[in-house]
Amino acid sequence: MTSATVTASAPAGRTYRAYSHSWWRRTLLTREVAIIALLVLVFGWASANVANFKSPLTVYFLSLDNAEIMLIALPMALVIITGEIDLSVASVVGLSSVMVGILHQDAGFSIPLAGLIAILVGIIAGALNGFLIAYVGLPSLAVTIGTMAAYRGLAVGLLGTTAKTDFPVKWTDLSTQHIGSTRFPLIVIPIVVLVAVFVWLLHFSTFGRGVFEIGLNDEAAHFSGVNVARTKFILFVLTAAISAFAGIYITLRSGNARGDNATGDELKVIAAVLLGGVSIFGGRGALHGVIAGVLLIGVIQSAMRLQNETVNVINIVIGALLVLSVMSTSILTWLSKQRARRAGLGTLRRRQAVATSNPER
Amino acid sequence: MKFSTRRLTAGTAVALVATLSLAACGSSNNSSSDAGDNGSKGGSSSGTTITFIPKNLGNPYFDASDKDGGKVAVDEFKGVYQEVAPDTATPDGQVSFINTAAQQGVKALVISADDPKAPCSAIKQAMSAGTKVVTFDSDTSADCRDLYINQATPEGIAKTEVDQIAQQIGDSGEIAILSAAANATNQNAWIELMKKDLAADHPNIKLVDTVYGNDDDQTSFDKTAALLSDHPNLKGIISPTTVGIAAAARYLDTSSSKGKVALTGLGTPNQMRKYVKDGTVTSFALWNPSDLGYLAAYAAKALVDGTIKGDEGDKFTAGKLGDFTVGADGVVLLGDPTVFTKDNIDKFNF
Repeated sequence: MTSATVTASAPAGRTYRAYSHSWWRRTLLTREVAIIALLVLVFGWASANVANFKSPLTVYFLSLDNAEIMLIALPMALVIITGEIDLSVASVVGLSSVMVGILHQDAGFSIPLAGLIAILVGIIAGALNGFLIAYVGLPSLAVTIGTMAAYRGLAVGLLGTTAKTDFPVKWTDLSTQHIGSTRFPLIVIPIVVLVAVFVWLLHFSTFGRGVFEIGLNDEAAHFSGVNVARTKFILFVLTAAISAFAGIYITLRSGNARGDNATGDELKVIAAVLLGGVSIFGGRGALHGVIAGVLLIGVIQSAMRLQNETVNVINIVIGALLVLSVMSTSILTWLSKQRARRAGLGTLRRRQAVATSNPER
Repeated sequence: MKFSTRRLTAGTAVALVATLSLAACGSSNNSSSDAGDNGSKGGSSSGTTITFIPKNLGNPYFDASDKDGGKVAVDEFKGVYQEVAPDTATPDGQVSFINTAAQQGVKALVISADDPKAPCSAIKQAMSAGTKVVTFDSDTSADCRDLYINQATPEGIAKTEVDQIAQQIGDSGEIAILSAAANATNQNAWIELMKKDLAADHPNIKLVDTVYGNDDDQTSFDKTAALLSDHPNLKGIISPTTVGIAAAARYLDTSSSKGKVALTGLGTPNQMRKYVKDGTVTSFALWNPSDLGYLAAYAAKALVDGTIKGDEGDKFTAGKLGDFTVGADGVVLLGDPTVFTKDNIDKFNF
């Protein structure tokens, strides 16, 4: 009843209404929680019904196979929340893979040094993206379509159709090693660290509030003191640097440096980010949704593969799921508008009722 | 009023989650009926499970090798046949399918590797879990498979090509070669061997020119035209590439040289059917992918049964194809390429 009084006395403002919800509704009735619930449902269903899904190998392979998607999805979520997009990530992965191969085998550098230089190359690639988008002001879609082709071309051009394949066993084994006797591979450690860093960056830092503001209205963000260009620049550099790291991981995991490694992965990353509830128009999204989005796609793929579904059927399901989840935002928005309208009428009626029942006031 | 709208939102959210999850489960459901079967497939109760992993799906060549070859063999020895693959041939695209097979505990994998190295660590994991691995068509490094079924040796291919052209032009006259790219490893090896074979056994045949169509249809077409005008006495063309032979046949079909200049090489029956039937081409060759898949399945079965270990000199029988012996480095050779003529071409669809 208190909330009704508050609503009645407040001017009809949407923001105010949003905060008039109780905390549990604000926390639980979100896209992110819906995706997490779906993830739990699918995981539970698959564990009960899909042969071999329950084996500890599932989690192990799931982590190994989706590591690069998970890594790149973190900065990609921030980029998309600012209303931009980065399509060049998979090409940076390929470029980094080729760099590691060439530097290690032709130049004789150790793997850590080659990896470090590959990440530096990634940073340069990201800085070029960021410069053109943030400071020159070009649209990110156009810029990164261009650099997607350019970085891929560079990667394939450096190695041609050949591959560098002789990596030290110590390092290739490291990429698939378990953490102690758990079912998780070592790559989970950098993922957890980066998840922590990005959750802090997006949800608990001034930088992160700037990211959301830019996505909602970059002019307003500018006038409220957010350095829009610098924020975007940093995000593109971060995205490319982490893509380069993913490239090192893929190279070591497959023991194979090739220019066409990770071809098409940019779309897998973006699909997972959008499924996780990040708005493609920017301004909204949360990392727990993104993480659930990556895992949900991984779990569905894994379960369906174990059911011997062909890859085409798997792709159709993932695609349909993505469309449905994007549609659900529109449906929810429409519903909440309807609700707001009716609530508005309700307020009016209540006011009239108050007016008629207490004429002396 | 307020209460009911709250309920509406809550209800919608629940319904949404339900719809999404139903969408996910529903689509998996069409196969959940055979989920039970899968359980037993993984086990040993109903014969040997053999999973084929071609380079990609929707490729007629692999349809011929897997469905028309491998599956036939697996049905013959009453095993369980499966085929899974990525939709595009990327270097690490097969990895997750190999991982899945390891989880399912299939008895044997038959793989045409997208990359000699990329699937290796996944394959080794599967092998350490007891899965036998046979590669065919495209090999991996020798240490991450038990056997490789090789479709043809360069010598076999070169000899088949030269024999066919010699037969068609009466063992004398000028011939030319329409190859792929100038630096294509396979083609260059074959061309060298053809030259040796010509010099040794066919002294009256003169190789007057070797041109490169770069495996591009239009370039190959133009090069064929140039060959015919540069060498008016040309009696035959060998094109050891599927793109080249099809383009050359298309040119000859519409030119005045049709029926006068012989054409042979490596091609697929579906590309060449029209030209063989209308007399532009008498015969051409390629290994038979169905036999390749058939042999790979029997080799996998022999490994699973323990009949062979994959060592040099091991012998096994592959149904209608007869007996095979494992060569050095665990390679099994299918044999000479199959020659396609108008009499047998309709038996093949790839």
